[in-house]
Amino acid sequence: MVERVGTAGSRTDSRRTEWTDPFSTRRTGDHPPASPRKQRTGPSRTLRSAVALALLAGGLAACGGGGGTPSLRWYVNPDNGGQATLAADCTRAAGGRYKIDTSVLPLDATQQREQLVRRLAAKDSGLDLMSLDPVFVAEAANAGFLRPFPASEAAQFTDGVFPPAVQSSTWDGKLYAAPFWANTQLLWYRKSVARKAGVNPEAPGFTWDKLIDAALRTNTTVGVQGNKYEGYMVWINALIASAGGQIITNAQKGDDATIDIDSPAGRQAATIIQRLARSRAASPTLSTDIEEQARSLLNGPRGGFMVNWGYIWRAENGDAKDGVISKSIPSDLGWARYPQVTAGQQSKPPFGGIEIGIGAYGKHRDTLAVDAVKCITSTANQKKYMLDSGNPAARAAVYDDPQVKREFPMAGLIRDSITTAAPRPITPYYTDVSGAVQSRWHPPASVNPATTPRRSDSFIRQVLRDQALL
Amino acid sequence: MTAVDTAPAAGRPRAGRVEISDRSRAERRLGLLLSAPAVIVMLLVTAYPLVNALYLSLFSYRLTAPDDRRFVGLANYGTALSDPLFWQDVLTTFVVTFVTVAVELVIGFGLAMVMHRALFARRTVRTAILLPYGIVTVISAFAWKYAFDLQSGFVNGWFGLGDYAWFSGRWSSLFVICLSEIWKTTPFISLLLLAGLAQVPRDLGEAATVDGATAWQRLLRVTIPNMKAAILVAVLFRTLDAWRIFDNVFVMTAGQEKTETFSFLTYRQTITRTAIGLGDAVGVLLFLSVVLIAAVFIRGFRVDLSQVRGDR
Repeated sequence: MVERVGTAGSRTDSRRTEWTDPFSTRRTGDHPPASPRKQRTGPSRTLRSAVALALLAGGLAACGGGGGTPSLRWYVNPDNGGQATLAADCTRAAGGRYKIDTSVLPLDATQQREQLVRRLAAKDSGLDLMSLDPVFVAEAANAGFLRPFPASEAAQFTDGVFPPAVQSSTWDGKLYAAPFWANTQLLWYRKSVARKAGVNPEAPGFTWDKLIDAALRTNTTVGVQGNKYEGYMVWINALIASAGGQIITNAQKGDDATIDIDSPAGRQAATIIQRLARSRAASPTLSTDIEEQARSLLNGPRGGFMVNWGYIWRAENGDAKDGVISKSIPSDLGWARYPQVTAGQQSKPPFGGIEIGIGAYGKHRDTLAVDAVKCITSTANQKKYMLDSGNPAARAAVYDDPQVKREFPMAGLIRDSITTAAPRPITPYYTDVSGAVQSRWHPPASVNPATTPRRSDSFIRQVLRDQALL
Repeated sequence: MTAVDTAPAAGRPRAGRVEISDRSRAERRLGLLLSAPAVIVMLLVTAYPLVNALYLSLFSYRLTAPDDRRFVGLANYGTALSDPLFWQDVLTTFVVTFVTVAVELVIGFGLAMVMHRALFARRTVRTAILLPYGIVTVISAFAWKYAFDLQSGFVNGWFGLGDYAWFSGRWSSLFVICLSEIWKTTPFISLLLLAGLAQVPRDLGEAATVDGATAWQRLLRVTIPNMKAAILVAVLFRTLDAWRIFDNVFVMTAGQEKTETFSFLTYRQTITRTAIGLGDAVGVLLFLSVVLIAAVFIRGFRVDLSQVRGDR
């Protein structure tokens, strides 16, 4: 997940959000020892027998899993504990048929994938369920890491679900993951600044150019994600898609896919990035900014506008309540649809979220794991999770719920944005495509519409064919 | 490690094989026997992965596309060696290694002198100097990163640098990375130098004083020549260490702004991209470069790793 999820997650300072332990595999993978602390006291002999006992007990507990309630392990992206709560709820609802234990993955989307891929490549049978960033579904599916849902099961997971979520969960005509929650970015702004600039970001035809002009007029900033990471790719893809283009097509051809980034749309996107990055409206640390830096820029003295995910609403209210930011900020916070690239042409906002996949090597992949996914992604639980964590549901119906509408005044806008959102390229080589784009488009101030799209076009091709390092 | 044994012998005037006594031959055999278990374990844990990496580096192979695996011979090496990114990363690594080792040697020598000469609170002085070395690199990397970070840092405030973004430029990023490296590992080098200092016989210094040598002359003509071996060992260890730098870069810049290093490049190809073939080729090249550095030091500068040798 590139999105910083949940209010608790977002309240932690920016330090924690950027780096996560690459060696956390061992920690998160370990099953907790049965009762290691019982017999700590006494001489070394007692200690040794205590260790032996604890090991034995651990072994027994592991064996016991087979005899008693079967246990499913769900690898979750870090949130504020919402998925752990859901796991407990579904365990209760299963009435002893199965229980779900959660293990937390690293914060950063790329590192979540690293850990999952390593486990799946080693055919880890202890990986039953996983929370997958939509961009990694195709890769995992193509590698045979995910258990596909046969048509008879698929309908219940796609019923009433936003089209981009279904599209992202499908590979080669088969559904490989169940959409759990969906995400999109909005344009967040300080109403007072917009007033001062004399613009209405909600008005149809509000473009990036108008946005940058408004920030320049008021000596404020436009916060974006410009760090060399997945979030920057989100921005680039949204700009290209909003201009009517695509980064690659024919993705099913794997490393022979057609690369289309060198197109009028690619050049339009580059023009916008170049203009913003080289203007006074850019954050001074644009080339290293992730979501949280953009948010603190908006809250700072030069805060004006920002594109960011849906978690902002909860995070800002939470911070204001805790006194981290001024109490007046949430009431001054406005939101609008993602800005347009070409005036009059509807923008295509970014798409994100989480899909639940079933590991291809889990012991209960065809039975209990499917039931657990049903429970986790049920409409009721999606609503519960949305209220709990602030992460938008993957089913449109949830947004009509009065409680959801009350909690999220922008629920309707989020729903419409997700419906028309543009997923990032759906390809088994996504990491390479994204890495290649980031490599040639970073830092944002170096982007040049005349050269960057062309160079990134040939570079993606080389990387896909192992002809260049990335 | 055979090079270690043969190198000094090659440097000496020919001793002639006849001079080896029965006793020393027996000792040598015993030595081999005693080290055999360790050598076997070393082979198991290092030689196997190495050979496996060599083998895998001959394929175009992605972990996530196992069916597309195909033999490409040495093409991966060709790709790596002809890629500007490879040389850019090698250059970055070289700059970091050269700067940090040079600065650490000078500061480390000063600190070693202080530890050697400290008249009072000797233990406290030594502990204080060694403290940074006891801190986990990742943690020190975070500490330095936050110090220079625009939002949480204090450096810009102290020096009145306004909103200067340290991590948005190649050289400013490398400056902070080097600073953190130097802070963290100077104690290590000073510890090795302290051992060397302790080996310099005191009489030599005293004799030089009697002969009217100044402190500076004593340092240059007596102390340093007598601890040359210790200095070279310290530089070799630190060079090999610095050449494999990873943590600081990973934490501070994640390799952006052209701060990626050689081992980071290997990590990203192999672990992040799971391009096993290409990544292993880069890994093998990294290994060869480490061997080259070690060989240059041991053969070229005649570093004697086993300063006190039993056999004569």
